[in-house]
Amino acid sequence: MAAAARFLIRGANPKLSISGGGTLLKLSPSCSSRTKTQRRHAAHFTYHPDPVPTQYGPTTKMNLFQSVTSALDNTLASDPTAVIFGEDVAFGGVFRCTVGLRDKYGKDRVFNTPLCEQGIVGFGIGVAVAGATAIAEIQFADYIYPAFDQIVNEAAKYRYRSGNLFDCGNLTIRAPWGCVGHGSLYHSQSPEAFFAHCPGIKVVIPRGPVQAKGLLLSCIADQNPCIFFEPKILYRAAVEQVPVESYTIPLSQAEVLQEGSDITMVAWGTQIHVMREVANMAQEKLGVSCEVIDLQTILPWDVETVCKSVVKTGRLLISHEAPITGGFAAEISSTVQEECFLNLEAPISRVCGYDTPFPHIFEPFYIPDKWKCFEAIKKMINY
Amino acid sequence: MNNMYRVCFHAARQAAGLKASRLLQHRAFRASATHRQQPFDSSLEKPQFPGASAEFVDQLEFIQPNVISGIPVYRVMDRQGNIINPSQDPELSKETVLNFYQKMTLLNTMDRILYESQRQGRISFYMTNYGEEGTHIGSAAALDPNDLVFGQYREAGVLMYRGFPLDLFMAQCYANADDLGKGRQMPVHYGSKDLNFVTISSPLATQIPQAVGSAYAIKRENANRAVICYFGEGAASEGDAHAGFNFSATLECPLIFFCRNNGYAISTPTNEQYRGDGIAARGPGYGMMSIRVDGNDVFAVYNATKEARRRAVAENQPFLIEAMTYRIGHHSTSDDSSAYRSVDEVNYWDKQDHPISRLRHYMTARNWWSEDDERSWRKQSRKMVMEVFERAERRLKPNPELLFTDVYQEMTPNLNKQRESLWRHVQQYKEHYPLDMYDK
Repeated sequence: MAAAARFLIRGANPKLSISGGGTLLKLSPSCSSRTKTQRRHAAHFTYHPDPVPTQYGPTTKMNLFQSVTSALDNTLASDPTAVIFGEDVAFGGVFRCTVGLRDKYGKDRVFNTPLCEQGIVGFGIGVAVAGATAIAEIQFADYIYPAFDQIVNEAAKYRYRSGNLFDCGNLTIRAPWGCVGHGSLYHSQSPEAFFAHCPGIKVVIPRGPVQAKGLLLSCIADQNPCIFFEPKILYRAAVEQVPVESYTIPLSQAEVLQEGSDITMVAWGTQIHVMREVANMAQEKLGVSCEVIDLQTILPWDVETVCKSVVKTGRLLISHEAPITGGFAAEISSTVQEECFLNLEAPISRVCGYDTPFPHIFEPFYIPDKWKCFEAIKKMINY
Repeated sequence: MNNMYRVCFHAARQAAGLKASRLLQHRAFRASATHRQQPFDSSLEKPQFPGASAEFVDQLEFIQPNVISGIPVYRVMDRQGNIINPSQDPELSKETVLNFYQKMTLLNTMDRILYESQRQGRISFYMTNYGEEGTHIGSAAALDPNDLVFGQYREAGVLMYRGFPLDLFMAQCYANADDLGKGRQMPVHYGSKDLNFVTISSPLATQIPQAVGSAYAIKRENANRAVICYFGEGAASEGDAHAGFNFSATLECPLIFFCRNNGYAISTPTNEQYRGDGIAARGPGYGMMSIRVDGNDVFAVYNATKEARRRAVAENQPFLIEAMTYRIGHHSTSDDSSAYRSVDEVNYWDKQDHPISRLRHYMTARNWWSEDDERSWRKQSRKMVMEVFERAERRLKPNPELLFTDVYQEMTPNLNKQRESLWRHVQQYKEHYPLDMYDK
């Protein structure tokens, strides 16, 4: 697992290895046909930076991994009990999210654990039970399952089962998440729906650096155990102005990114950027006005914002990278159908990953890209 | 943008540099092997592997586990309550020893009454502590009251020793309105914030890595506290036990792992649980100080825990205590243990080698306890338990509203909606729900 992970330190951003990582390309001399390589690796989305936030003081240009580091830095500075741990976090992490933190705050606060996910989460729960702030890292969301028992049976139920005598509300679990172009089965997964079925935890996914920092700081401050999934394809690709100081973005609140009147589009993480592009395409090619909503928190999710939008537009498209069966779109879809039955003018559409493991070479065909979403909109409008 | 490239290049450079130096070493070795001129004495070579500190050997030999003659069992008094080696006598005062005895026997009395009450269907489930009372009391007494306890489910004696009221034991088993856990968990899943006893949960061994995390946080607080974590020998087979042992050693945590090895995990005997020398033998493999004690000898348990506690706090390192006992009772009220073990075997431990009778021998020999004391204490303790038992039984269950609280710290809109929906429903179908049994 760790060996596979190491590949992705450098491979996380295909653009980077082409433009900057000359040494890396030399490793495979057969890749001489650069245009072909580029086409194969072309990102399936275009990152849309957020408007520069003005209300939280000075900002600086950060990509997503740097905004995560910034959030962790703010936390360690303001909370003396806070500790960060996981596999390989001490030297800065395989995605560079913890760079410099150990030097700044000490090795008792930023440290490596043995390679054991159930241990990492169990340990984090214990830190939180003792009243300290625990920020655990699981190296890839794909490797969170060994800790499923600790998350579902323990973390999520700690407060409830003890009658609020004990809790692990100070626990936050961070994990890189989502497809990355070439991550195949175990460096691409989006496991949020597995956790959405578990009362007691919160599951949060940001779409870019500003959201990542604000939502992560909310997760850390929240008095419930939180899982924070970081879209790893955005670690380097997403760059925008992020406030330097600490700020929070509320959990369980979806954000309407673009107002529209004909169709509501709900997504989260990287898929938001696909949605934005699809919304433009729909406007240009079909004259359809799309309302784009970033759900941000998977559990407990913001039913009100989504339903309010669907009452207005009468149509809903939900899209996620994860497989369709049992995916979180199913939950949104059935809830909206229940709440907005009289307003719906077409069946709710789900554009998701197929019900297969996440493939390596077939990734361009697997993901719910803009063309698949565009086609779904066409069908819904003509319904 | 520039900044991030720099970071990346740095990482790439580091990786490349590492590779290059390894490659060089490799080449140098090959070169010297082919062009070597002078005789080379291979016995002077030292292993350079980063993963272990050891010598080379030139004979093929597998390390054999020592299971026939395992780690010895530390004991302080024999089965008749005689101190074997006076230098090991903890020399506890009469009051302390009487307290040990009364807590062990009170637990035993409570066990008998609650076990029977389950047989009569008055509570849904119960697990007794028969035969393991000594491990609870001996270890609890050696701790500081501020030390945090993580348990499995057969450690009620630790709470008893710390002064958990009989009323609250009963409230939990009856899941009545006095239960601190708000009636949500099965019986015997006790917890007490005031007494630093973390609420029990059913999944086995999950508490082990958690205890390590708490010990780490406590170490950072620098407050002269330790953590103790109890588990059975069956639970020690779980992956979480491995996680906990290893984390505690590498992260240097002030923690005592206390394994109750009572020979069975429900019906599974230890020879189907492991093939090594029990649990204690695993400790050194994790770099952990380890000891095996006679779990029916309350003083041996006390001494081992006392010393482990002292050193764990002073040296920030974990200790493993394996207390050998025998599970005299059934696994739980849902189990009939005669289906997989002989009555003779059980009787031996109940009659010949029991922690309570051993301590009683010790006290009798010192004239600290008489037949009369025994009779009156039995009567008194039974009366105490029966009184709270009846009170607990009469008490209403908690308000059904509490089904929805504490899922999250706050009440979410979704849960609030479900709560209101339940109330509307129950109003409409009142007669089909046991509303009169619940607090309003």
